[in-house]
Amino acid sequence: MSVLLTQVGTLARRSMRKTLRQPFQMFPIVFFPLILLAVNASGLKAATRLPGFPTHSYISFAIAVAFIQGGMFSLINTGTNLAEDIESGFFNRLALTPLRRVSLIAGLLVGVAALGALQSGVYMLMGLVAGAHLRAGAGGVLVILALGALACVGFGALGCAAALRTGSGEAVQGLFPLFFVFIFLSSSNLPRNLLKTGWFHTVATWNPISYLIEGFRSLYIYGWDGTALWRGFAVAAGLSIVALLAVAGAMRTRLQRT
Amino acid sequence: MNARASHDGAAHAPTPTPAPGGGIWRVARAIAWRSLHTYVRRPDLFVPSLVFPLVFLASFAGGLSALGSVPGFRFPAGYTAFQFVFVLCQSAMFAGLFTGFTLAFDFESGFARRLMLAAEDRRGIALGYALVALTRSTVTLAVVSGVALAAGMRITGDGVDVFGLYGLAALLVLVGYGWAAGVAFRFRSIQAGPLMQTPVFLILFLAPVYVPLGLLKGWIHAVASVNPATAFLEAGRGLISGVHAHTGLAFVCAVALVALFGAWMLVSLRSAENAA
Repeated sequence: MSVLLTQVGTLARRSMRKTLRQPFQMFPIVFFPLILLAVNASGLKAATRLPGFPTHSYISFAIAVAFIQGGMFSLINTGTNLAEDIESGFFNRLALTPLRRVSLIAGLLVGVAALGALQSGVYMLMGLVAGAHLRAGAGGVLVILALGALACVGFGALGCAAALRTGSGEAVQGLFPLFFVFIFLSSSNLPRNLLKTGWFHTVATWNPISYLIEGFRSLYIYGWDGTALWRGFAVAAGLSIVALLAVAGAMRTRLQRT
Repeated sequence: MNARASHDGAAHAPTPTPAPGGGIWRVARAIAWRSLHTYVRRPDLFVPSLVFPLVFLASFAGGLSALGSVPGFRFPAGYTAFQFVFVLCQSAMFAGLFTGFTLAFDFESGFARRLMLAAEDRRGIALGYALVALTRSTVTLAVVSGVALAAGMRITGDGVDVFGLYGLAALLVLVGYGWAAGVAFRFRSIQAGPLMQTPVFLILFLAPVYVPLGLLKGWIHAVASVNPATAFLEAGRGLISGVHAHTGLAFVCAVALVALFGAWMLVSLRSAENAA
């Protein structure tokens, strides 16, 4: 057991360093959610005047989207890093060592979870500076860190599955627009009760990203909303399980080739 | 040695004198034909340029339609038309940007360098890719317009207004292309992609995207008031609704930007020539 923990710890540290040392990977994680938050919070402030809008602070409403965008960047960064390892042959050499196979991905994902918690902390800080009010208080901070880490594990695992399946960083990068569509077609900009276009309301209701966003958002706007939170955690956990199953399948195929 | 001799032989071979001004168009036509051929044959190139505007249209016109009921929001053609103009401007500028990506890819693959050696007038290369940008944008704008009309968009402007709207869009294609091609000629690598996209993305989103300028408050109002993209959006919305606003200013800004980025592109082309 301790050998497994050592292996996972070593690979997790490597995974974190690999992201933290690359400005090209760190820049979008911080810069893009910040810019989109600033632009949307100012441009859509008028939406708070709509009857039924749950808060007078659009920034408190919009900050939730930053956590999801962070998750998307985890997908891209984790997948690209793993694809680079595959392309350079490092992954194959690692697979030939006595390292346990589960550590190969677990190490990567533990690093992703730690980075996910870290970036969630950064977004909370950014929100605080911009005037977002976290109604759930100090306990809410811990829940956001946990939900942020779990969501990043789910997205990161999807990136790993894509990297293992294709072995190409370019193919992983190509997934980004696809996942961005999920954010756009959700309750990211308005609450679902204010989505007046029928088909869009239906798509947003079926889109799991809406529930993930609403989980984060509930802590800022309502404080402790059990329903929104369990749905948010259920989506993050479900995403992680599905993605890990995809990783297991792709890993089997990849190692057979090795 | 043989290769050298052959090269020297080719260099000293008499070449027909091209008609004045003819070379640039010959090169431009050849590049435009080749790039459009590639565009049609490779869905991975044209699908993203269609998907993004459609997602923006669906997300903004569909998801934010409630904003049309915000107190003080008045737009005669409705919220779908209001957002369509933003998507049209965004699609036009991004059609230019995507052509800049193609040029950067061609430099990375070595094709553009060979092209520079072969072209009788290298300005024809820049002109050829500009034709590609305009042709690609025709496809994108036609699809986006078709989807918007199918979704029930109302146009309350007349035929001349609509012609003006698409004329403005054509100028924006050239603005996006001029900027992106300048970056592509200067850096000659797709690594410069973020440098092409990010400023255009920021300029577009620092304009009144979701509500009219009058409903924006704080710093975004101050920035949007001096942003040329605001003039494009207000003019476009004026043309589609028939209630004109800043139309002349928008066309003057667009023509000035085409001239500015055209000059930037030609200076960058010179830099690429020196490096080749």
